[in-house]
Amino acid sequence: MPQFLEHSGTSWKGQKVKHDQSLIDRLDPRLRVVLVTLFAFATVLSHNFIVLTVAVIAGFLLAILAQLNVKRTLRRVIAMDMFMIFLIILLPFTTPGETWFTLFGLSASKDGFLHALMILLKAHAVVLSLLALVGTISATTLGHALAHLRVPDKLVHLMLFTVRYLEVIGQEYKRMRRAMQARAFVLRTDMHTWRSIGYLIGMLLVHSLERSERIMDAMKCRGYKGQFYLFDDMRMGREDYRFIAIFVPFLCILTGLNFI
Amino acid sequence: MHIVDGALALPVLATGAALTVAGVAIGLKKMDYDHLPQVGVLSAAFFIASYIHLPIGFSSVHLILNGLIGLALGWAAFPALLVALFLQAVFFGFGGFLVLGVNAVNIALPAVMVYYLCRHGISSPSPKVAATWGAIGGAGSIVITTVMVAFSLMLSGEAFLLAAKATFVAHIPVMVVEGFVTAAAVLLIRKVKPEFLGIDEERAYG
Repeated sequence: MPQFLEHSGTSWKGQKVKHDQSLIDRLDPRLRVVLVTLFAFATVLSHNFIVLTVAVIAGFLLAILAQLNVKRTLRRVIAMDMFMIFLIILLPFTTPGETWFTLFGLSASKDGFLHALMILLKAHAVVLSLLALVGTISATTLGHALAHLRVPDKLVHLMLFTVRYLEVIGQEYKRMRRAMQARAFVLRTDMHTWRSIGYLIGMLLVHSLERSERIMDAMKCRGYKGQFYLFDDMRMGREDYRFIAIFVPFLCILTGLNFI
Repeated sequence: MHIVDGALALPVLATGAALTVAGVAIGLKKMDYDHLPQVGVLSAAFFIASYIHLPIGFSSVHLILNGLIGLALGWAAFPALLVALFLQAVFFGFGGFLVLGVNAVNIALPAVMVYYLCRHGISSPSPKVAATWGAIGGAGSIVITTVMVAFSLMLSGEAFLLAAKATFVAHIPVMVVEGFVTAAAVLLIRKVKPEFLGIDEERAYG
């Protein structure tokens, strides 16, 4: 995969930093997590093209509503496409069925093409809604929302720690790479590169771990007992109920369309 | 390595989710609050590893490092990798949402297997033996992961057979690179901070 299509190296903050305040931001984070899960189920379990088309349009609308940064979102969607492009291209040729067209002596079946199209629609609908509804929550708030949704305590703590260390390790990695570059290190396909990168990763882990131990000690000094307190009590407001009033009937219609 | 939403059949999704829940439950039980920072560091390292691109001829591969994570964490690799994959899915649209269970089990189960297989080897007194076991762990975890990804595709439909085979072939360079890199990392950590890999210093050097 070309490098420029990869998720942009350093920014793990997701969409949070680069989008304007929108209607979606005012909604309760818990509600957003729950609704996106329901939407994903409704989309992935469906085999109906009308449903999937509607779902993709809904995904787009949510992305617009959340005022996602266009360039960044596009880059992520294309990066996801690169993951499955192989699968999609192969599918028409590997699915048995009556020949639809032939390419270089290989026959493509219509069934396979439709199946590929279905996967494309599902993947895009889910990723757009996910980026719009959950990707816009800051990582810490998301952690708290999950804790309020009864996700195990330890798992939420782990997520909060991970988010913190992403920044630390990312910076440490950049610092060490710069030091290597200053000593004229260039990535090649040879043993020397692999060994150096292995040492880099080893050192990165050791540095980060020692740092994390210091942080842990400092936290214990201040009375940390293995629990973060969730101060923000999330409350459903009028806007939340209004959003539910639109979104839940929409989900019902989406599910109902399958049986018509 | 990540599979996107919509490609897999429902039974495969359900099995993946069930296995992940079980693995995470065991992992969380074995992990106490004092270990959280270490697990968090490795979870973040998995995330960072996916932007370390190494050139292979005209192309490039990125590291996965699930072998190293498994060696360091054992069962706690399950929660660590689930969290990393969840963050990737939510903030980068990397992989899917409902396939999270399948993706997590495909990457974390090999990590746990490598832990039981190679834990003894990497604490050997001889650096050469330890490096070899590190390489086996690094390459082996990618082999198992790729086979599992291929299986999850195949079980979802005959039509995926060719794609599953192609996935395996495409990942052979990753296995080689990951083997060498993990071996080097194991060697270094053994020297600098053996307790990170759960190695008893006296056994290795005494």
